[in-house]
Amino acid sequence: MRSKIARLGGIVAVGTALTLGLAACGSGTDDASSSGGQSDGGGATTLKIGFMGDLTGENSALMIPPSQGAQLAVDEFNAKSTGVKVELVKYDSQGNPDQAVPLAQKAVTEDKIVAMVGPGFSGESRNVGPVLEQGKIPSVTGSATNPALAENGWKYWHRVVANDAIQGPAIADFLVKAKSPKKAFVIDDAQEYGVGLADAVAQEFEKQSVAVERDKIDPNGSDYSSTVTKVNAAKPDVIYYGGYYAQLGRLLKQLRDGGVTATVVSGDGAVDIKLVEAAGKEAAEGAVLGCPCLIPFGSDVPELKTFSENYKAKFGSDPLIYASEGYDAATAILKAIEAGNTTPEKINDFLATVDFKGVSKQIKFGPNGDIAANIIHVYQIKDGNLDWLGDTTQAQLG
Amino acid sequence: MLNDFINQVGPSTVGGLSIGAIYALIALGYTMVYGVLRLINFAHSEIFMIGAFAALFVIMKIGITGPLTGIALVGMLLLLMLVAMAASGGAAVVLEQVAYRPLRRHGAGRLAALISAIGASIFLQELFALVIIPEVFDRPSQGRIQVPVPRLLDRETLLTIGNTEIRNDHVIIIVSAVIMMVLLDVFVNRTKIGRGIRATSQDPETATLMGVNIDRVIRTTFLVGGAMAGVAALLYAMELENLRYNVGFLLGVKAFTAAVLGGIGNLRGALLGGLALGLIENWGAIFFGSEWKDVIAFTILVLVLLFRPTGILGESLQRARA
Repeated sequence: MRSKIARLGGIVAVGTALTLGLAACGSGTDDASSSGGQSDGGGATTLKIGFMGDLTGENSALMIPPSQGAQLAVDEFNAKSTGVKVELVKYDSQGNPDQAVPLAQKAVTEDKIVAMVGPGFSGESRNVGPVLEQGKIPSVTGSATNPALAENGWKYWHRVVANDAIQGPAIADFLVKAKSPKKAFVIDDAQEYGVGLADAVAQEFEKQSVAVERDKIDPNGSDYSSTVTKVNAAKPDVIYYGGYYAQLGRLLKQLRDGGVTATVVSGDGAVDIKLVEAAGKEAAEGAVLGCPCLIPFGSDVPELKTFSENYKAKFGSDPLIYASEGYDAATAILKAIEAGNTTPEKINDFLATVDFKGVSKQIKFGPNGDIAANIIHVYQIKDGNLDWLGDTTQAQLG
Repeated sequence: MLNDFINQVGPSTVGGLSIGAIYALIALGYTMVYGVLRLINFAHSEIFMIGAFAALFVIMKIGITGPLTGIALVGMLLLLMLVAMAASGGAAVVLEQVAYRPLRRHGAGRLAALISAIGASIFLQELFALVIIPEVFDRPSQGRIQVPVPRLLDRETLLTIGNTEIRNDHVIIIVSAVIMMVLLDVFVNRTKIGRGIRATSQDPETATLMGVNIDRVIRTTFLVGGAMAGVAALLYAMELENLRYNVGFLLGVKAFTAAVLGGIGNLRGALLGGLALGLIENWGAIFFGSEWKDVIAFTILVLVLLFRPTGILGESLQRARA
C-alpha cells in the first residue's frame, strides 16, 4: 500500500517538476542577438552605446518604451552633432540574468561599447554589474529599482530612477495625508519584488500609527476569495497591493464583487493600462498607482509635451512606462560625449559631475550612482485611462 | 483568532464550496480515467483549458460585452455549457486516440502512458500560448498573458445570513456541479455503458470475456470525464473571468488532490474530496493566512492518507488490490 502512495507522490512530483521546468525553458529560448548591426568600420568617430533589456520576453512591455526613449535621444544627438556619431546597439537579454552576462561580455570585448543604457531589470543588473565594472564601462539604468544595486560599491553604475526603498514609504505617506486612514490592509504576491514593496508600505503605515493587516495571494492562482473574506472582515480604509498588474486585476475584480469599496493602491509593477482589461473597467476605476517613473499622459508641461510629441512622431505611440527615464539615461551619456569625452573612463568621470534638467527629473548622481532626486509619481485610473496626478508631494486624489 | 474565525467562517464556507465544486467536477475526469486505465491523465488540466477557451470563443463570436439577465442568461449559460462540454469531451477523446491508444495497442507500460500524458499537457499549453491565443483570439505576442472573459452574470446577493452573503454566482456553481454529479452517478450506475465502465474498472480482462467492448468503454470514459471538465471550465470562466494558457495547471493539481483525498477511482469520493479541499483551504486561510492554503490542504491530504490510504471513500482501489 505504502509503495502505491509513494508512487502517486512521485508521479505528482515528476509531473510538476517537468511542467514547471519546461514552462521555464519555454519563455527564454529565442535568439538573443544584438539588433544594432555591425560597426561600419569607416569613421573612427562612431561610438557605440549599448542598450540592454527584455525586448522580446514576457515583460518586454516594460522595456520597449525605454529602448525607444534611448533611441530617440541618440537620433536627436546624431541629427545635431557634426563630429562624433553614436550608434545604439540593442542587447535583448529577455530580462534573464543568465542570458544577460554573455551579452554584456560580448558588448564589452567584441562590440567595444563606450557606455550602456540599462540593464532594464534588477536581476540582470546584479549579474551584469561585475562584468561592466571589470570592463570599466559606465552604465545608466532607467528602470532597475532594487535598492541593493547601489550598495555594491560599483564605480561605473548609475540609475536615473528612485529605488524601491523610496517608493514604498513615499506612497504610504501620501495615502496617510490624502485619506487619513485608520486601518490599512496590505497584500502581496509572495514574490521578491511584491513582498519588498508591501513590507516597506506596511512599515510606513505602522510608523504613522495606521493599523495594518496583511495577507498574501498565490500569483499562479485565480481564486482569491479567502483574501476577499479577510479584507471584508478587517474593513480597511485603504488597501495596498505589492505585485504585478495581472494578479492585481484578478484581485481587484474579486474585491469589488465581494463588496469592498476601499481605495486600492499598488506600485510600479501594476502601472500598465492592461490592468483595466484584467480587472474590468468598473472594478479598476479609482485604483491608485505609485511609480518612480514619469509617464507624461497628456501633460502640458512644455518639455514633457515636446518629448511626447517627438516620441509619438517617431514610434507612433505615446511614451509609456520608463520611456522618459530611458531617454534621460541615454541623454546623460550623450552629454558626456558632447563635452568631448569619447572613452568609457572619461564618460564615467563626466557622469559623476553631470547635473541637468532631464525630461523626467533633475539628473544628478550621488557618490553611489543613485539618483539624487527621489521622486515618486501618482497615477489613478479614471474612465478606463491611466491619469498622471503629479508627484507624491503635489498629487490630489480625485 | 477565534474572533477571526467567527467573523470569516461564513463567507469562507461559501467561497470554499464554490471553488470546491469546480475542483470536484475536474476531479471526476482524473478519477474516471484512473478507474478504467489506472492512468493519471495529466493532460486533463488542458482538457479543462480547452473547454474554457471554447466557451470564450463563442462568447466573443456572439459578441456579448455586458451582463445578461433572465431567460437570455439561462439560455446563454446552457449553450456555453454545451459548447464547453463538447469541446472538452471531444478533445479528451482525441487525446485518448492520439496519445494513449497507440501505446496501449503496442503494449507499452503505464509509465510510457504517463510520459505521453505529460507530453500532451505541455504540447497543448504551448499550442495555446504560441498559436491559438495570438491567432484565434487575436492577441499577437501576448500568448502568455491572461485573456479577460466578458462579464456574463451580474453579481447579486440572494441571501444574507449574519455577515455571510450568498451570491447568485455561488448558487449557480454549486447547483450545476451537484446536478452534474447526480446525472453522472445515474449514468454510471444505471445504464448499460455505465455497467461496462464499472466492470472494466473492476477487472478489464474479465470484462472483455463478458463481452464488454473495452475500447468503447475507454472512449466513453474520456468523453464523459472531459465533458465534466467542460462544465467546470464554463463555471470557472463565468466566476473568475480570466483565462491563461496554463490556467488548468494549478486547478489540475488541486483536482487531482481532491480525487486522491476522496478516494481515486470513486465518483462520489471526487465530489466529497473536491468540496472538502475547497473548505479546508479557505478555513485554513482564516487562521494562517492565504499563503498557507496549499500547505494546509496537502497536510490534511497526507494525514487522511496515513489513516485511510485509499482516501475517504476509496474502496475500489482496495478491491482492485485484493
